[in-house]
Amino acid sequence: MGVRIYVSRDAAAQALGADETAAALQVAAAAKGQSIALTRVGSRGMVWLEPLVEVEDAAGKRIAYGPVTPELVPDLVRAGLFEAASNTLRVGRVEDLPWFAKQERLTFARVGLIDPVSVDDYLAHGGFAGLRRALTLTGAEIVHEVLESGLRGRGGAAFPTGIKWRTVLEQHSPQKYVVCNADEGDSGTFSDRMLMEGDPLCLVEGMIIAGLAVGATMGYIYLRCEYPHAGHALREAIAAARERGFLGPDVCGSGKAFELEVRMGAGAYICGEETALLESLEGKRAEVRYRPPLPAIKGLFGQPTIINNVISLASVPIILERGAAFYRDYGMGRSRGTLPIQLAGNLRHGGLVEKAFGITLRELLYDFGGGSASGRPLRAVQVGGPLGAYIPDSQFDTPLDYEAFTAIGALVGHGGIVAFDDTVDMARMARYAMEFCAVESCGKCTPCRIGSTRGVEVIDRIMAGKDRQANLAQLESLCETMQHGSLCGLGGMTPFPVMSALKHFPVDFSRDR
Amino acid sequence: MTATATDHDATLDRILAEHAGRPGPLLPILHAVQDELGFIPPAHVARIAEALNLSRAEVHGVISFYHYFRTHEPGRHVVHVCRAEACQAMRCDQTEQHAKRTLGVEYGGTSADGVFTLEPAYCLGNCAAAPTVMIDEKLYGRVTPERLDAILDDWRNR
Repeated sequence: MGVRIYVSRDAAAQALGADETAAALQVAAAAKGQSIALTRVGSRGMVWLEPLVEVEDAAGKRIAYGPVTPELVPDLVRAGLFEAASNTLRVGRVEDLPWFAKQERLTFARVGLIDPVSVDDYLAHGGFAGLRRALTLTGAEIVHEVLESGLRGRGGAAFPTGIKWRTVLEQHSPQKYVVCNADEGDSGTFSDRMLMEGDPLCLVEGMIIAGLAVGATMGYIYLRCEYPHAGHALREAIAAARERGFLGPDVCGSGKAFELEVRMGAGAYICGEETALLESLEGKRAEVRYRPPLPAIKGLFGQPTIINNVISLASVPIILERGAAFYRDYGMGRSRGTLPIQLAGNLRHGGLVEKAFGITLRELLYDFGGGSASGRPLRAVQVGGPLGAYIPDSQFDTPLDYEAFTAIGALVGHGGIVAFDDTVDMARMARYAMEFCAVESCGKCTPCRIGSTRGVEVIDRIMAGKDRQANLAQLESLCETMQHGSLCGLGGMTPFPVMSALKHFPVDFSRDR
Repeated sequence: MTATATDHDATLDRILAEHAGRPGPLLPILHAVQDELGFIPPAHVARIAEALNLSRAEVHGVISFYHYFRTHEPGRHVVHVCRAEACQAMRCDQTEQHAKRTLGVEYGGTSADGVFTLEPAYCLGNCAAAPTVMIDEKLYGRVTPERLDAILDDWRNR
C-alpha cells in the first residue's frame, strides 16, 4: 500500500483538469518509484481550488493542495508532494479551512471524502444507517419522521416533503412509484450534480426509504442529459447497491422489493416541473399537466407517485438516522434543516456551502464567496435560478429563509446564487429571462408561449429607446398576464427576474445605448 | 466510413428489441439511436411508431420537442456553449461569439470541415468556474476565447 492520494472526479474538477492531474500523479509516482493509492472522490466544494489533491500524511491526515493543474505535478512531486511537504499550494486540512469549518454539512457530509461508488466506503462513513432504522419502522412511522423534520422540497417549491409522502401512503394502489427529479436546470445550481457524483448511494438510500415508506417498489431517477458524469456515477452506484442486496426483490432481507433505474432527459428545462417530467418519463412531449389530480394521487403512468428533488431525497437518510428533531434543530422560522447553497457566477470563491437556513446573502457573497472574481463591486445577484428575482445590494442582509425571501418578492428556490459585478446590463438580463422562457416554454399555455416572445420584443423596443414609457407600461401589463395566467412556474415566474431588474435597476432601462 | 441505410436499419432493429416491454420506452429508444448514430434518421420515425403502437405524428412530436434530439448528422464532435446566467456573469458572450466566428457557423450549424457542430446549452452545472463549454462529454471551465482556441485545436487533431 502506497501513499493515499485523493483527487476529485466531480465534473467541475474535471472541467479544470482533474483527470489530467490524476494521470500526471500516476506518471510522476511511477517515475519516482513511489507506490501510491489514488482514489477519485467527489468534490469538497471549493471549486476555486480544483483540481484539489489531498495527500494522506504519516499521521493519517489528509493534507490538501490546490489548484494543482497537471503541468505543476512534476515539480510538486520533486518538492515532496507525496510526503505532504509544504509548498505554496498547500492549504492544509480541508476541515481546518474557515470556508469549510463554518459549514454545517449534513446532506453533504460524505461528499469529497469517500469513493462515491464504493458500498464499503459508504458503510464505513455511516451509510445505510437511516435505511436500517427505516426497516424497523412502519410506513406511517417513516412518513411521520420526515414530516416532523420540517423538510421542505429542495427543488425550489419548498412544499413539505412529508405531506407529499403521506398523500401517497394513503392511496390504495398495487403499483406506486418514487421518482427523483434530477433535472437540475437552473443556472447557478449544481448541488444535485455534486451529490449524485460525490455520494450517489445517499440518493439511492433516500429513494429506498421513500419506497418503504409508501409501499412503492420502483424508482426512477430522471437525470438531465447535460449531466453525463452524474449518470455514470449513479449507474455504478446502483449496480453496487444491487450486488450487495440493498436493491432488488428483497431489500436487506426485509422481504420488500425496490428497484431503481436512471432515465435520461433530453435538454428540456420544463422537465424540472414535476408533471412535465412525468410526461417525459412516459415517453411524451414534456407538456405540463393540469392539476388536480396531484402526482401523489395520479402520477407516473397514472399511479400514486412520490416525486422529489435529489437533495430532498438525499436528506432523508440522515433524518432517519439521527431523528427528526436533530434535523429540525437547524434553521429558522419555517425553514428547517440545512440548504446546500451554490455560489456561482462572478465570485472569487465559488462552490458549494451547506449551511442552516438563516445565513444572510451578504455573508454568503463576501465571507464565503470572497466578493467578485473580477475585483469589481458586486451589483446584483440572482437567487433561485432563471425564474428568481434579481436582488440589489440594499437587500443583501436578507436571511436565507423561504418566507423572508418571499417577503422581498424573491425566491430561495434550489439555493443557487449567481453574482454579477457592476458591468452587468440589467435590461439585457431581463431580455434574456424572456428569451429563455421562449426557448424553453412547453407551448401548452398561451401567456408563456406567446407572452415570452412578445416580452423580448417589448424589451428590445425599450432598450432602443422607442416610445419608452408606453413600452414599459406594456411590459408590466404583459408580466402581470404571464404571472397570473400561466399554467406553471415557467411562464408564471419569468416576470420575477424581469420586474425585479426593472424595479431595482431602472437606470439600465432608461439610458440610451 | 459512412454507415449505410441498411446498417442504420439493423441498429434500430436491435435497439427496438432491447427496449421491448419497457415502460415508457420512447425516450430511451431515441437516446439509444442518437448515441449510436449521432442523430435520429427521419426514416426511422415510422418504424419506431409502428413498434410502439404510436402515430408517426406522436414520435415526430417528441423528437422535435426536445432540444437534444437531432435529425441531421452532426460533425465529428458536438460543442455545447453554455449561455445561462452564471456563464453570462463571466462574459460567456465573448466565448460564444468567438466560437461562432472561429467555426464559421451559427447554433445548430456544422463547421465546413465537418469536425464541429455548435449547440447552445442552458446550464451545464459548472457555474462556479464559468464560462463553460462541453465537447461531446468532456467539460471545460473558465473558457476564455484564447482557451477555446487551444481546446478546439486539441479536438480537431483527434
